[in-house]
Amino acid sequence: MILQTVTKIVFFIILTFGVELFISGHNNPGGGFIGGLVLSSAFVLLYLVYDIETVHRGTPFDFKRVAALGVLLAVGTGVLSLLFGVPFLSQSTREFDLPVFGETELGTMTIFEAGVALTVLGVVVTIILGISEDVE
Amino acid sequence: MITVLLAIFIPFIAACLVPFVHKFLTGRKIGWFVIIVPLLLFILLLRLVPSLSHGATYTYSLPWIPSADVYFLTYLDGLSMIFALLITGIGSLVVFYSIFYLSEREAIGRFYTYLLLFMGAMLGVVLSDNLIVLYVFWELTSISSFLLIAFWFHRKQSRYGAKKSMLITVTGGIFMLAGFLMLYTMTGTFSLRELIGMRDIIAADSLFIPAMLLVLLGAFTKSAQFPFHIWLPDAMEAPTPVSAYLHSATMVKAGIYLVARFTPVFAGHAVWFYIVSCVGLLTMLWGSVNAVKQTDLKALLAFSTVSQLGMIMSLLGVGSLAFASSESSHVALFTAATFAALFHLVNHSTFKGSLFMVVGILDHQLGTRNIRRLGGLATIMPITFTIALIGSFSMAGLPPFNGFLSKELFFEAMLSLKNANLLTMDSLALLFPIVAWVGSVFTFIYCMVIVFQSFLGKVPEPFPGQRPAHEAPIQMLVAPIVLGSLVLLIFFFPNILGTYILGPAMLAVYPHLGNMEGLVPEIHVWHGWKAPVFMTLGVIIAGTLLYRYLRYWKGVYRLGVLQWTLDRFYNGTLLRMERVATRVTRGYMTGSVRDYVAYIMLIFIAFIGIGLAGFQQFVFDFSNDAPIEMNEGVIVFVMMCSSVAVLFARSRITAIILNGVLGYSIAILFVVFRAPDLALTQIIVETVTTVLFLLCFYFLPEWRAEHRAVSMRWRNGLIAAASGVIVTVVALLVQGHSLYPTISIYYETASRIAGGLNVVNTILGDFRAFDTMLEVLVLFIAGLGVFSLVKLRRKKGVDRPEEK
Repeated sequence: MILQTVTKIVFFIILTFGVELFISGHNNPGGGFIGGLVLSSAFVLLYLVYDIETVHRGTPFDFKRVAALGVLLAVGTGVLSLLFGVPFLSQSTREFDLPVFGETELGTMTIFEAGVALTVLGVVVTIILGISEDVE
Repeated sequence: MITVLLAIFIPFIAACLVPFVHKFLTGRKIGWFVIIVPLLLFILLLRLVPSLSHGATYTYSLPWIPSADVYFLTYLDGLSMIFALLITGIGSLVVFYSIFYLSEREAIGRFYTYLLLFMGAMLGVVLSDNLIVLYVFWELTSISSFLLIAFWFHRKQSRYGAKKSMLITVTGGIFMLAGFLMLYTMTGTFSLRELIGMRDIIAADSLFIPAMLLVLLGAFTKSAQFPFHIWLPDAMEAPTPVSAYLHSATMVKAGIYLVARFTPVFAGHAVWFYIVSCVGLLTMLWGSVNAVKQTDLKALLAFSTVSQLGMIMSLLGVGSLAFASSESSHVALFTAATFAALFHLVNHSTFKGSLFMVVGILDHQLGTRNIRRLGGLATIMPITFTIALIGSFSMAGLPPFNGFLSKELFFEAMLSLKNANLLTMDSLALLFPIVAWVGSVFTFIYCMVIVFQSFLGKVPEPFPGQRPAHEAPIQMLVAPIVLGSLVLLIFFFPNILGTYILGPAMLAVYPHLGNMEGLVPEIHVWHGWKAPVFMTLGVIIAGTLLYRYLRYWKGVYRLGVLQWTLDRFYNGTLLRMERVATRVTRGYMTGSVRDYVAYIMLIFIAFIGIGLAGFQQFVFDFSNDAPIEMNEGVIVFVMMCSSVAVLFARSRITAIILNGVLGYSIAILFVVFRAPDLALTQIIVETVTTVLFLLCFYFLPEWRAEHRAVSMRWRNGLIAAASGVIVTVVALLVQGHSLYPTISIYYETASRIAGGLNVVNTILGDFRAFDTMLEVLVLFIAGLGVFSLVKLRRKKGVDRPEEK
């Protein structure tokens, strides 16, 4: 019971940390791969503490699709760069003035990294879920 | 020219959209969305025809992977144009036809996705200038053809045919790739146009013949040339629109395209001429002889396609002699052969396409394609009969249909061989026309079989099909009528086609001749009492007689039937390969993880060991090393202790925990050495792995003391020690040597180039993004693999779904 309560809070802390890692990855330690891993560890914690059905109700998406979306993003940025007439997978950045974040640098690399993160998240959770569901 | 690039990409984009659009345009209505693609492209391409006929070409370059010399260079010239027009033109008609052919119950969305995939791939083949890009599209056509043949995958025959076609064409494609790579080593370029310019360099190279043979192998497997033709009859398991499109009009002509395209590179050499023309003629004869004995109309058409492809191929072989001749009159004779090849290519697509559609109509209306069960349909289905008549007579080479014109040109080309001074071939010069004539006689016979045995004669009892037969709905007749009218139109106005479409293509095959003058012979319907006319008359007389008395000599087919031995050879080889593969795999897949780790380590030791053995200077340089701090020493000591302790653990959980200690110590070590990225990754990987381990606990057997033989233990111990030594040696050696200049300076500019301060990430996401992307893909595939292995294990006693 204590564990469940703690997890409810910790889950979001880990999620935030994962996202933070992912975003900061551009200039500080972090990045898509590790962000994805942290995110998936958050979900793994949830599955450990609650049973699978409960979590399924809370997360109404299929992690296989998350992984597929990730691959699509990663490959998609590469193909998109072709359409702009530059070599496959070449990345570009631009400074944006976003309302909340202020001066922010956004690059296609961020999208690419997001793809990596989503793939890692999807695959790890899919594997762990696949095996654990088989146990039952 | 962006149009050309779009021509390749639009079908692919549309293929991606089909599943989504299918939600709104349910059932067969999705066909109306699909048909826009080929129709639009056909019109776009048609607009370029006038400028092409003045000798213009269009290129559009897009750097794809410039570091590997792979440019996405599209190149549209006359030769590409013929094929592109066929792909989009016939494609539009086939899509239109298929809308009414397929029933609502079929997986229509899937069908059109595959079809568009094929269309894009095929356009890619004919519009690419870079050989590697061409190869990728080439194999993509094989794959989409595989998917389309296996469209009704619940049928065993479909799966067999799909696998067969895939194995043969893809194997040929890989040989072709080897040929391309040889060409690259000779010239240093993958560009087709540059290759043509380096004709002399290639001809002088010792790899000339191997490269030529390999490229030809790719072309012959794709175009179903003897003895690789065996896949085409089995490919007829595909839905009829697919057979009409892929397996008669477009994909099987990719080999023809390749041979025509490479004519300016390889032609002029005797080997090229002999192989292309002899294989072509043999295929023509073989296909036509075999077609006569078929009782399934589609199988008959398949063999006739084999035969016609052989005829086109042999014409290209004769056309290649123009490169070896010096006299201008002879050159004109041989270029006329290539012209005939291209002309017949178009003609064949028109009449064969319409015939396939006719057979599809019969199948659709009556439920059978067996000629023994058909007959007397001429009065019931007059329009279908007329189209079949036009198509068959054109194929037989009768006037007033376009096949007559190209057949006459074919005979003329074969007769022109007596002028070839390249080779001493007096006997061959006689043999070629004779083989061509015999093949044409058989062609005539099977054409008559199509018309007379299915449409004339008595209506068989009991009549096939449940309902009383009637004419097909008009929508299904539109496409074959269009093709049938083209057959007639081309006969009456052949020179329009010749000047505007075939002329530029001739220039692409014979770039050294400079301009189109003299390359485009005037086509006459009647050119006097000359040899070709007599040959045609002979074909008609002999063919009619033989057809008339077909049942008396049909027994001949029961004698030597090489067809079945070839098929048996294919099946036998496949079976033997499977057996050997099973035995080999059983031999080393013991099911014990310990063995697998031993394999991995052994290979590691072998490769690195060999590498080290060749390495001369073993210098261990410790001078630059930082002094070892106390705390570092402690961590390393903990690591050593825990790893040794794993060996003596009594329970599995102890071993896992000790392993975890090792992992986390490494993470701490990373922290000490100020590598936060690595430390973070290590910690999280360690955590997730431990969870995974715990999950797998359930499935693992009891942790028992090893009862392995002592020699086994020694073996494993030796492998472990050797790999440890090698890792240590390599690590120490790396410190003491700098074989290459350091690359870290390059990454100092990373923030400027890639806009990021985290060097690791800029490497992952930008400099080496290609690797990362592939890794992501691999990870995804591995995840799906684990999922399907765990989830979709076949329960015993349950049938596999595809066999239901």
